[in-house]
Amino acid sequence: MTDDAPSEKTSDVRPGRLSAAEIEKNFSDLHPPLSRAEALIEADRCYFCFDAPCTTACPTGIDIPAFIQKIRSDNIRGSARTILRENIMGGMCARVCPTEVLCEEACVRNTLEDKPVNIGLLQRYATDPVFEQNLALFERAPPSGRKVAVVGAGPAGLSCAHRLAMLGHDVVVFSRDEKPGGLNEYGIAAYKTVDDFAQRELAWILSIGGIDVRHGHSLGSDVTLDQLRKQYDAVFLGAGLGGVNELDIEGESAAGVLNGVDYIAELRRTRNKATLPVGRRIVVIGGGMTAIDIAVQSKLLGAEFVDIVYRRGAAEMGASRYEQELARTRGVTIRHWAAPKRILADSHGRVSGIEFERTTIGADGAIAGTGECWSIDANIVFRAVGQKLDMDSDGGDAQTLQRQGGKLSVDKEFRTSLPGVWAGGDCVAEGADLTVTAVQHGKLAAISIDRFLCGARK
Amino acid sequence: MADLNTTFLGISSPNPFWLASAPPTDKAYNVNRAFEAGWGGVVWKTLGEDPPIVNVSGPRYGAIHSNERRVIGLNNIELITDRPLKVNLDEIRRVKRDWPDRALVVSVMLPMTEQTWAKFVPMIEDTGADAFELNFGCPHGMSERGMGSAVGQVPEYIRMATEWCKKYARIPVIIKLTPNVTSILPPAQAALAGGADAVSLINTLNSIMRVNYDTLTMYPATDGKGSHGGYCGPAVKPIALHMVAEIARRAETKGLPISGIGGITDWRDAVDFLALGASNVQVCTAAMVYGFRIIDDLTDGLSNFLEQKGMSSVTELVGKAVPSVTDWQHLNLGYVEKAVIDQDLCIKCGRCHVVCEDTSHQAITHTVNGERRFEVIDAECVGCNLCVSVCPVDGCLTMQPLTSGVDARTGRAVSAEHADWTTHPNNPMRKQS
Repeated sequence: MTDDAPSEKTSDVRPGRLSAAEIEKNFSDLHPPLSRAEALIEADRCYFCFDAPCTTACPTGIDIPAFIQKIRSDNIRGSARTILRENIMGGMCARVCPTEVLCEEACVRNTLEDKPVNIGLLQRYATDPVFEQNLALFERAPPSGRKVAVVGAGPAGLSCAHRLAMLGHDVVVFSRDEKPGGLNEYGIAAYKTVDDFAQRELAWILSIGGIDVRHGHSLGSDVTLDQLRKQYDAVFLGAGLGGVNELDIEGESAAGVLNGVDYIAELRRTRNKATLPVGRRIVVIGGGMTAIDIAVQSKLLGAEFVDIVYRRGAAEMGASRYEQELARTRGVTIRHWAAPKRILADSHGRVSGIEFERTTIGADGAIAGTGECWSIDANIVFRAVGQKLDMDSDGGDAQTLQRQGGKLSVDKEFRTSLPGVWAGGDCVAEGADLTVTAVQHGKLAAISIDRFLCGARK
Repeated sequence: MADLNTTFLGISSPNPFWLASAPPTDKAYNVNRAFEAGWGGVVWKTLGEDPPIVNVSGPRYGAIHSNERRVIGLNNIELITDRPLKVNLDEIRRVKRDWPDRALVVSVMLPMTEQTWAKFVPMIEDTGADAFELNFGCPHGMSERGMGSAVGQVPEYIRMATEWCKKYARIPVIIKLTPNVTSILPPAQAALAGGADAVSLINTLNSIMRVNYDTLTMYPATDGKGSHGGYCGPAVKPIALHMVAEIARRAETKGLPISGIGGITDWRDAVDFLALGASNVQVCTAAMVYGFRIIDDLTDGLSNFLEQKGMSSVTELVGKAVPSVTDWQHLNLGYVEKAVIDQDLCIKCGRCHVVCEDTSHQAITHTVNGERRFEVIDAECVGCNLCVSVCPVDGCLTMQPLTSGVDARTGRAVSAEHADWTTHPNNPMRKQS
């Protein structure tokens, strides 16, 4: 392929490194859905374990053996209800959950044959018809007359809103973005959720009724926590992490130093991906899912050299082994034990490379530089070293919320330090930053809010 | 390699595997293919009076599948041959001439009048066939016309027809029995009393496969309606084994040669039938599901097995397990087994725990010292074998006999003495020991 060969004529950052057809092929479904025959055979592999380890490993506690048993008996509607009752975003989670470190890692089949039941794809098999046929699986309880504000239309916010609506409350969701969905819409690698799945799932979630989504409402600039507390019976904050951590190194302002999450969002927004500018040599700083997603997608868009550089070892990476393997098989190089030291720029102020210092674990157990430096050429540097809470623009009550490690502090029921205010998802200190975790936070917060509004139900 | 040559009622065949009277033995074309594949013999599809019967032109078969679509059970409503008698007789004569070393038995089904037997028996025997097999087993269609299982369910009719056939036949007569009876002994005794040389069993079981979930009508159906069919395949094997063993062990029928039929799919199934008293076996469903080439595993597997057991012929295996079949009242109530879990093989699925907890004796833990761990509680274990039956890992859960010491459940010392129900104090009818 001539496109792959380095050439002086090739501009370093340009769109259309691959043809539209090649890009479309690269961004097709990572794991195609199971046919009925495949699903029945895979479902038959489930041992229907007692107190199943997979269910324990699922952050939302889906009764996995039960939903698989229902697939086996062709009770797909019942199977979907079993899944979605615990995890309203069971469709998205079937696509993006790191099952290899959750349910599938716990599968007892690993003990003898090292091949767990493919729970993720079975979950997708059971839930796909729900969104294709817009099946109504849940009903709302009689109206409670209570009104709850939800800030953020991502997995935590929508999960909370749906459960509240089911319980009979009216919900207003304040969404910062033009399209609700949060990271489901803007934060997930495009090849993991094809065919506008996030929006189809969202439409289905909202179809229960009682959820009013208001677009273009940011906390602080368009609405404040003080107002919400006055106007609503309860408030749930599922605002995510709006800020991006900087590298805090010399030369970071050079053109071509970008936020991984912004580019991923841009990718999701862009209909024709061939129009996106793509670097020839790309360096990604970080070790989590965002780093993997941006690295793999850059490669799929035609970048020639993509390096992920992480300051610790493979075992410490936030991305699972499976995700690391996925990146490697797509041609991404992963380098460990190096911390970024300095961004190098050309005479036009554009990124030309990046200098690293080798790292090691010091005598005190903390990570430390060895003083040994090396550098690589780069036209684009992606920051993927985590996101941070961004609530600075709301100067009222929001500033009094207790924090822990830079995130909101919550109790077991996801109550914040302010009465009548709950929070969940990435913006709280609790749990891993996964879609499935956020869904669970929203669900548990909704149950707590309901108890607060109505007392214990029978 | 062990010698698989078998002689049944004086009829020799290169191996004990015959194709049962059924669609696979409908005509010369199929039978020639079967013999080319290596089958030891065939029982030709049942002949009847002319004009031939008529089959439906819709579904004749229905199946129960595993999720991988393996056929576990098959049901059929096909009747006896639908070809003119002369066509069949000509083909039988030719096939027997072409394959003199193979067994060729002819299945017949005739109305219950002596004249028909007097007319047809010599005519069929004239083909050179090795034996008759009287079809008193088919439970569908023909039974509505007073034949098949309608005869097989009335011992007096079995005896009567057997006597007629024996009267006009010089070659051996095998009576094929229906399992659609409460006890297989009266039909087998009737066959014996009528002069039968052997019995073959089982024929198929009355069955309806399921309903069509869209239309809520019987499935499979012919123009919206179905009638019960005959059930066969792996699912019926245990029923067949019981009936074979009963005939083999009961004084009334002991010694009556048996051709075993019912769900034989691989060589181990054949070992079951032979060890429980059958002298040879007949196969149908497995051939209908996989084709004739399964004969290779059947013969090869049986031959290897005999060799490993140090047996030089099939005859040595026949009836080996019969003495181990007895009545419940003779089981040793002093004998104790306990389930044992091999913790190195255990994958911790917990199936043994939940079935014991929910449906049996609460004798398996789920947590030990705060860890997920499944252990047998000897003080509760009655040795029922349910956990062994449900464990998905072969060899992980086994039953081990308690040969000495005290049974932790009953507190009683294990004794080498045999003590069964006949002498048990709780038995009001007990004999003095």
